[in-house]
Amino acid sequence: MSAARIAALARKELLQVWRDRRSLWIALFMPIMQMGLIGYGASLDIKHVPVCFSDREGSQRSQDLLRRFQASVYFRLVAAVADDRALRAAIDGGRCRIALVIPPDFSERLHDAGGAAVQAVVDGTDDNSANVAITYARAVVSAYSADLRLDFLLRRGLGSQAAPPLAVEPRVWFNEDMESRAFIIPGVVAMVMALIGALLSSLTIAREWERGTMELLISTPVRPVEIMLGKLLPYFGIGLLDAALCVAIAVGWFGIPFRGTLAMLFWTAALFLVVVLGVGYIISILTRNQLGASQIALLVTLLPTTLLSGFAFPIDQMPAPIRLLSYLVYGRYYVTILKAIFLKGAGARALAVPILGLAVYATAIGVIATRAFRKRLV
Amino acid sequence: MSAPAARGPSVAVDRLVKRFGSFTAVDGISFRVDPGEIMGFLGPNGAGKSTLIRMLCGLLRPTSGRALVAGRDVAREPEAVREHLGYMSQRFSLYGDLSVLENLRFFGGLYGVDGREFSERSRWALEMAGLVGREATLASQLASGWKQRLALGCAVLHRPPILFLDEPTSGVDPIARRAFWELIQQMAATGVTIFVSTHYMDEAEYCHRLALIHRGRLVGLGTPEELRQTTLRGVLLELACEPVGPALEALQDAPGVFDAAVFGDTLHVVAVSEESARSGLPAWLAARGVRCTSIRTIEPSLEDVFVQRLGGRDLQEGGAA
Repeated sequence: MSAARIAALARKELLQVWRDRRSLWIALFMPIMQMGLIGYGASLDIKHVPVCFSDREGSQRSQDLLRRFQASVYFRLVAAVADDRALRAAIDGGRCRIALVIPPDFSERLHDAGGAAVQAVVDGTDDNSANVAITYARAVVSAYSADLRLDFLLRRGLGSQAAPPLAVEPRVWFNEDMESRAFIIPGVVAMVMALIGALLSSLTIAREWERGTMELLISTPVRPVEIMLGKLLPYFGIGLLDAALCVAIAVGWFGIPFRGTLAMLFWTAALFLVVVLGVGYIISILTRNQLGASQIALLVTLLPTTLLSGFAFPIDQMPAPIRLLSYLVYGRYYVTILKAIFLKGAGARALAVPILGLAVYATAIGVIATRAFRKRLV
Repeated sequence: MSAPAARGPSVAVDRLVKRFGSFTAVDGISFRVDPGEIMGFLGPNGAGKSTLIRMLCGLLRPTSGRALVAGRDVAREPEAVREHLGYMSQRFSLYGDLSVLENLRFFGGLYGVDGREFSERSRWALEMAGLVGREATLASQLASGWKQRLALGCAVLHRPPILFLDEPTSGVDPIARRAFWELIQQMAATGVTIFVSTHYMDEAEYCHRLALIHRGRLVGLGTPEELRQTTLRGVLLELACEPVGPALEALQDAPGVFDAAVFGDTLHVVAVSEESARSGLPAWLAARGVRCTSIRTIEPSLEDVFVQRLGGRDLQEGGAA
C-alpha cells in the first residue's frame, strides 16, 4: 500500500467535492437543514391542546375549573360553544381537540356527596395525542377535586385526614424536564451522519464510471484498497465535521444537555462513519451511475434508520420479529450510543454492547468494501 | 521509473482471444514488438483494436492465449505490468473538473513521480503539450488537440517504456494531428515502444509496423512498405469509368484482372500488367455498356492493401477509411 497514492486520490477527491456544488451542498447545508427540520418537526410532546368549553352553569365553581385548564401548559381554551351542535362543529372543524361540557347543576352536585361529572368530548383521530390529552384532563380535574376536598375537610376541622394514604414521588433522571426533543435530537445527529455519509460516498465510484475516468484510473498501478481509502478519507473528514456541526446545533440551538466527553463522541462517530461510508461505497461499485447510487443510498439509509433505529420510536415497544430486524439496522447502535453519551454521559463500559455491535458491523462492511472493487472494465 | 526490458521483445502476444458472450472481439492474434517500435493497429471501427489494447493494459482479462508485456504475463500480474506502461484511452478520460496541473499532479502521485522529478517531468509535459501558462485552466475547457496532448503528458509522466494509445487523434484537427505524431516519433526514437490504434489510413504511414485487424483477426502484419509489396499479385490500376456500378460487375470476370473495387468515383483494379489491361479492358467494358476514359498505374495506398487483404471477406466494411 502506498501512502503517496492514497494522498493523491484523497486530494483529487477533495478538489472534486469542493468544485461540485451538489456534493458541497449535501456536505455542509443538509446537516443544518435536517437538524432544523427534524429538530422542530419531530416533537412527541403534547402541549397547548385547544379546548372548547360549554359552561352551562356559569357559576364561580365552573369558572374556577376552566381557569385551571387555562393555567395548564397542556391546554389552551379557544372558544366557548353554546350548544351541542356548535360543539360538534368545533370538533369537526378541528378548532379544538377536546370539548368540555359543564352541566347546569355542577355546583349543586358538588355539594351533594354524590359528586359531579364533567363531560369531555375528545377528537380521537390521533389516538396517541387523544390518550395523552385525556390523561392530562383527568389530572387537571382531579387536582381541582382534591383541592375542593381538602377545603371541605379543613372547614370541618378534619385536616389530619387530608393527606392521601399513598403517593408516588417521581424523580426523573437524564431528561429531567421530560422533553421529547432531548430524546429525539441525539438520534437525529446519527441520522444526518448516516444519510450524508452514504449519499456522498455513493457518488465516488459511480462518478468515475459515468465520466469515463475509470478506465484511465484502473490502467495505473493503484491498488483497489488504495482507491477505497483515498476516496473515502475526505468523506471521513467531512463526516466528522458534520458530526461536530450537528452536536453544536443540538447543544447550542436546541439546548440539549451534553453530559459525555467529546472524545467518546468522536471515536464512536468514527466507527459509525466506517460503516456508513462503506455502505455508500459498496452501493457505488454496484450501480456505477450517480443517480441510481444516490437513490439507493437514500432508500437504504433513510427508511430503516427512521423507523428501526429507535431514534423516535422506542424499539422495546415493537413486536419481537421487528425488534430482531432492528439489529440489522446499523443506525440503531449509534442512536443508542449517542443518546447515552448526550443524556447520561455514558462511557465505553456502559456502551460496550452497542459499540461491539457497531464494530462487528464495521468489520464486515470493511471486508466486503475492500473486496467489492475489481480493477476490470467488465 | 524503470528501464525497458533489457533483452527480448517489449510485448509478445500469443494466440490472444477475447469473447464477450457469443461475440468474439479478438480472435487468436499473435505478434511480437521490439523496444522503440511504433506498432499501428489498423482497422475499421469495431474490428477489435480497442479490446486488444485493453487486454494488453490489463483492463480486460483474455479469454485464452497469453500476452507478455515488459516480460510479464498481463493476466497474472496486471499490477506489475501497469507500472511499465502508459495508456491513453479512446475517450478523453482526464478529470475535467481538475486543472491542467492538478491532473498532472494526480497521475504523478499514482505513478510515484514526486518532488524534483515531478517538477521536472511536469514542466516537460507542459512544454510538450504547449500548455505552459495555462496550468490553472480546467481540463474540460481545453480544445481537443490540447486535451489530447495533456492526456499524453499524463500517460508518459513516469517515463513508461511501453505506451498504448487508443485512437489518440480522433476528433483532433489535422495540424494538431501532425504535431502529435511528431511527438510520438520523438518518443520512439528514445526507445519507447508505442502501440497506436487508428482508423485513419494516412496515419498508418507513420508507423514502423502495422497490424491489419478485421473482425478480431490479424489479416496482415509488416512494415507499410512490406504490406504494399507483398499484398498485390499484379499492378494496381486506376480506372475512370461510367457508369461505375456495371463497370465493377463487368471487371469481376474480365481476363487478366485479379480484383476490382470502387474508390470514390474511380475504380482500383489489380491486373497482371498495365499493357494487357490497356489492350484488352476498354473493349471488354465497352461490350458491356461501360465507357472508360482513363487507365493508369498507381502506387497502392494502405487502403488498397487493406481491401486486398480482406479479399473476399467483406469488402464494404474493409474499405471504410
